Amino acid sequence: MYREDGMNPAARWLFAAALVASTAACVTINIYFPAAAAEKAADRIIDEVWQLREGAGSAPVTPPAAGGTK
Amino acid sequence: MKSPSMPSASLTGRVAAVFIGLALAFAVHAQGNLEIDTPAISALRKAMQQRHAQLAPLYASGAVGIAADGTVSLRDAAAVPLAQRAQANAAVAAENADRAALYREIARANGHPEWEGEVRRTFAQRWLDRAQPGWWVQQGASWSRK
Repeated sequence: MYREDGMNPAARWLFAAALVASTAACVTINIYFPAAAAEKAADRIIDEVWQLREGAGSAPVTPPAAGGTK
Repeated sequence: MKSPSMPSASLTGRVAAVFIGLALAFAVHAQGNLEIDTPAISALRKAMQQRHAQLAPLYASGAVGIAADGTVSLRDAAAVPLAQRAQANAAVAAENADRAALYREIARANGHPEWEGEVRRTFAQRWLDRAQPGWWVQQGASWSRK
């Protein structure tokens, strides 16, 4: 139905505008500190360090064979 | 100059929609996760996890508390037998060094070294929130038992 090639000038202009907008969006995201993501990251690390959620058996690093150091 | 043909306009709309969709998807992804799986960060996580075996009894006895600034603090040295005090001190110092490195590395791994302070504040709040009952936590300048 639609012709993919031979985009008219308006289409091409919009295309470029969309590209610029998406690039700007990426930049904007990275300027502001992602608080929610940081909280999630903190929780993941705290789970691991404090070995919480042991009931779920999801401990990524099991330290059973680490006995007898020093 | 412009040919106002409807099919083309709707194609343009679709292309724009796809781009906006992609941008949004990327935004959600970028917002959803911070990079915490670099080799440096993984090493710190592992070291801290192993050290926790040594620190957990100190948290429980109240000798070491969860400080408000994202560190741990030897708040009651008298709670540690004299013979083990140097070890406890060393563990606290090592833990705080690793934590400082962790906050710095997370900020760096995500391309924003200047986020270090905010990463630290976020972690500080989560360490406090998730401290176990009986542990000592610092709110403002004062210590309390959770």
